[in-house]
Amino acid sequence: MSSQPLSQNQERFELNLGPQHPATHGVLRVKLLMDGEYIVDAEPVLGYIHRMHELMGENRSWAQYLPNMGRLDYLSALSYNLGYVELVEKMAGIEVPERAEYIRVITTEMNRISSHLLWFGAFVLDLGGFTPLLYAFDDREQILDLLEAVTGSRLTYCYYLFGGCYNDVEDDFLSGCLAFVKRLRTRLPMYHNLVTKNVILRQRLEGVGPVSAEMCRKYGATGPVLRGSGINYDLRKNEPYSIYPELDFDVPVYPEGDSMARFMVRMDEMEQCLRIIEQAIAKIPEGPVMAEKVPKMIKPAAGDYYHAVEAARGTFAIRAVSDGANQAYRMKLRSPTFSNLSLFQEASRGMLLADGLAFMGSLDLVIPEIDR
Amino acid sequence: MAGYFTNILGGAKSLVVGLSITQRQFFKKPITLQYPWESLEMTPRYRGHIQLIKNAESGTHQCISCGMCEKSCPSDCITIKGEKQEGVKGKVLVKYELDFTKCSLCGQCIANCKPGAIEFSREYNLASTRKEDFHYDLLKRLKEQK
Ligand code: SF4
Ligand code: SF4
Repeated sequence: MSSQPLSQNQERFELNLGPQHPATHGVLRVKLLMDGEYIVDAEPVLGYIHRMHELMGENRSWAQYLPNMGRLDYLSALSYNLGYVELVEKMAGIEVPERAEYIRVITTEMNRISSHLLWFGAFVLDLGGFTPLLYAFDDREQILDLLEAVTGSRLTYCYYLFGGCYNDVEDDFLSGCLAFVKRLRTRLPMYHNLVTKNVILRQRLEGVGPVSAEMCRKYGATGPVLRGSGINYDLRKNEPYSIYPELDFDVPVYPEGDSMARFMVRMDEMEQCLRIIEQAIAKIPEGPVMAEKVPKMIKPAAGDYYHAVEAARGTFAIRAVSDGANQAYRMKLRSPTFSNLSLFQEASRGMLLADGLAFMGSLDLVIPEIDR
Repeated sequence: MAGYFTNILGGAKSLVVGLSITQRQFFKKPITLQYPWESLEMTPRYRGHIQLIKNAESGTHQCISCGMCEKSCPSDCITIKGEKQEGVKGKVLVKYELDFTKCSLCGQCIANCKPGAIEFSREYNLASTRKEDFHYDLLKRLKEQK
C-alpha cells in the first residue's frame, strides 16, 4: 500500500484487492485507487492463472481438447462441454441421436442449477451471511451426486463426446432428477424467505452497482448481468441450439440493473431450469446415445467456424479456424465473465468499498474462465 | 416518519422469519458424514485412475498392444510396450505404465480401446508427498489383484 497525499485534506491511496482475497473467489487482482472508503478507480489485473487454453487447442487433436472444456468455468463445465462438442459436430457434420440431445440438456441444466446454487451461497457469504451457504451446498451436493453417477466426476466433467455422450443414463438418474426438482421447489421459497426478503440483504443490494443496458452493450456483458439490466437475451431462445426450441421455458428479465436484479434473475432462472428438466425427462426417447458413424480422426473442411451457447454466466462462444487438419489452426474462446468483469472499472467508480465487493459478487466471476 | 416505523417492523419480521427457518433446520438430522470413520460408496461410474480389466476366465487382460490409448491420450500419460513372443499370435504386452500426475480423467484412452481392455478404477484414497508414487505399473497391479 503506498500513499501519496494529493492535497492537504484529501489523501488517496492504492489498495490491492487480491490476488489472494476471499471476495475475489480466485486469483483475481483488482488495483484500487481509494479516497477514504470510496473507490476512485478499480483496475482488474489478470494473468495469475493463465494456462494457455487457446494455444492448447491448437496443438492437440479435436478430441484431445475435450478435457480442457471442463477446466475453464469449472462450476458449469457441462455448458462448455456442450458448446465445444456442438461446434465440432457442426464442423464435421455429425448427427447426434435424439436421446443424447435430451441427456445433454438435462445434465447441462442440472449443472446450471448447481452453479447458481454455489453462487448464491458464496454471494451471501460475501455479504456476511454464513447459514445460506450451508443450505445451498446441501442442495448442490444432491446434484453433484446425481451427476457423478452419470459422468463419473463431480466438478471437471468430460462427459460429452462428438456424436453423443460417453455413456447412457439409467432410470435411476432420471427419477433422481425428478425427486430433486420436487425438492428444490420446496427449498426455493425457503431461500426467498431466508435471504431475498431479508432486510439487510435488500439494503445492501437494492440500488447498488447499477449497470445500464447501454453499459452492457458497450462491454459485451451477457447472461444474468445483461438480463438484470432489462435486456431479454438468452441464446437458448435467441440462437436456439440442441433441443431447446422444443421446450417451454421463460427467460427472467429484471429492468432495474442493480445487484438485486441480477440476484433475482439467477434465482428465477433456477426455477426455469427445473421446468426444462421436468419437460425433458417427460419427453426423453429411447435409443442410442452415440452416433453410429463418428470418424476416429476428425478432419473438418477448411474454414472458419463459430458456435455459441448460453452458459450459466452468459454467452460462451468458440471460434475455430480449421485448415483441414486433425487439429485447429486457430482456437478462440469467448468467455462470458471476462466481459462482465470489464464493466467493473467503470461501474464501480465512486462506490463504497463494501458496496464494490457486493457488486463484484453479483457479477458472479469465475477466474479460471476469465483468465484462460 | 411512517416509513421509518414500517421499515423497522418489516426488518424485524424478516429477521423472525429467517431465524425460524434456521431453528427448524437446527433440529434436523445432520447430513455430514464423519470421514474417515464413515465414507460413501463410490458410484460404479466413478472415475479413478485407469486400470487393466481382469478377464475372469483367462485370469489376464485383453490388451492387444495396439497403442491406441497411448496415442489418444491428451497428456501423454500412458507408455506401453508390446513384444513379439514365440508361439503367440500378435503382440504380448510387457509394459503398461501410467503417469497419473498428468491424467485428466478424460476417458479418451478407454473410448479408443477397441477390445475394451481398460476401465476406470474406483480408487480415490490417494495421497503422497512423492510424485513417483503416482507412476503406476498397471501390469503389476493386475497381477496383484485377486
Ligand atoms: S483418462 Fe485421459 S488423460 Fe487419463 S490416461 Fe486416459 S486418455 Fe490420458
Ligand atoms: S488401446 Fe486397449 S488394446 Fe490397445 S494398447 Fe491400449 S489398452 Fe491395449
